[in-house]
Amino acid sequence: MTEKPRLTREQIAQRAAQELHDGAYVNLGWGIPNLIADYLPKALTVYFHSENGILGMGRRAKPGEEDFDLVDAMKVPVTLIPGASIFHQADAHLMTRGGHLDIAVLGGFQVSEKGDLANWKIPGSKGSGGIGGAMDIASGSKKLIVCMEHNTKEGAPKIVKACNYPLTGLECVDTIVTDLAVIDVTPEGLVLRETAPGWSPDEVQARSEAKLIVRNHVPEMKLAPNSH
Amino acid sequence: MPASYLFELRFCRWSGTILGNIISVMPERRMKQKIVNSLDAAIADIPDGARIMFGGFGGAGFPNNLIQALSRKGVKNITAISNNCGTREGELGVMFKNGQVKHVICSFPGPHANYFQERFAKGEVTCELVPQGILCERMRTAATGLLGFYTTVGVGTDVAIGKEERVLEGKRCILELPIHADYALIKAQKADELGNLTYRLAARNFNPIMAQAAKFTIVEVEEIVPVGSMSPEDVVTPAIFVHRIMQAKGMRFAG
Repeated sequence: MTEKPRLTREQIAQRAAQELHDGAYVNLGWGIPNLIADYLPKALTVYFHSENGILGMGRRAKPGEEDFDLVDAMKVPVTLIPGASIFHQADAHLMTRGGHLDIAVLGGFQVSEKGDLANWKIPGSKGSGGIGGAMDIASGSKKLIVCMEHNTKEGAPKIVKACNYPLTGLECVDTIVTDLAVIDVTPEGLVLRETAPGWSPDEVQARSEAKLIVRNHVPEMKLAPNSH
Repeated sequence: MPASYLFELRFCRWSGTILGNIISVMPERRMKQKIVNSLDAAIADIPDGARIMFGGFGGAGFPNNLIQALSRKGVKNITAISNNCGTREGELGVMFKNGQVKHVICSFPGPHANYFQERFAKGEVTCELVPQGILCERMRTAATGLLGFYTTVGVGTDVAIGKEERVLEGKRCILELPIHADYALIKAQKADELGNLTYRLAARNFNPIMAQAAKFTIVEVEEIVPVGSMSPEDVVTPAIFVHRIMQAKGMRFAG
């Protein structure tokens, strides 16, 4: 299937970065969400949280300045910003579960029309799978954004009526940012907020299993020109 | 004058003299009991079949020297409670490689836990996956003497299977039970001779939680300092939770 260009993973992160507000406490999950830190508007100060007990995580450590006692949840050596704090894992998850973080961003395999999320195990995959912090984060975040490709490599929709992958959480997702669209989960259903440049609402709907609600005009995403 | 007041008065006078002497003597006796001189001695009494918590996350804060000693001793049929299942041979990996673990309670075995995955595929190790924060809280529940808690985490997912479900404050939630352990093997940066602990940066992670949750906590530290040289307000894990101390240069496994 030859198709129009979609957003790259970096562009998905770039668009999702626009959902963060100044002063927000934010947790970024594995995969695309982890790229978001690279695309923050310069004027914004965001306090990144890591579930191994860091608030105020800065950029990744440069070669030579790595401290392997200071790593993020992906095991990558990071730095701290002024005002950072360190605590144990239970307090880190008290923050995720207890509704103390403003925004969490996770990757996803499937999101349902009710905002159910599946992101930890592919059915039929070998091995034990692993949950990590995803279920705690999904359960407690004030706002949960999921970043993912709109379709699988085989072209199957990942925006589905009901998840058939093992679930991470029920009715937990607030916003989905994909390589084709920005979608909000509302009590009425999934509302198409924006489409990727060059894509129409109908084309996005055709690549989704769940019904997308279109209200008035759906604008195209704007990707900040100064980010790359 | 009420009798109870009289008693307190007499007790205070007594405590001001005799008890005062006891307190000044006690730290030395306690520290002699806690500090050991070899890694093998530190874990010598851990029996086959023990339930053991292992600290560490993301390559940081693993009690790798103690794990290596446990592997040398060849303790078998362990139930391991840890966030993950090792990095190749590093961290808990060696325990799976040697077939010393029969059951693991963890949140994320990890992309390099190949020895765990091999044994898991053959059915030689069983695994309970627990959401990471719930793993923390179930250990804390054991530490606090509580018998369980309800949470929305995992409702409707595989982790809810077999668990009591009810509705509280209008939310579906499931009952989670404490995770107990016979031993915690942890890593800290510094201990005083009593066992008060501090940690370095994100190497803290699960270590203070496990120290509180297990019946017997063995810590490896980079440095042991005299009693009184640590500021009391800097102590992260109070000595009451620490039973054995071994000084060893930290080991780290790449990847």
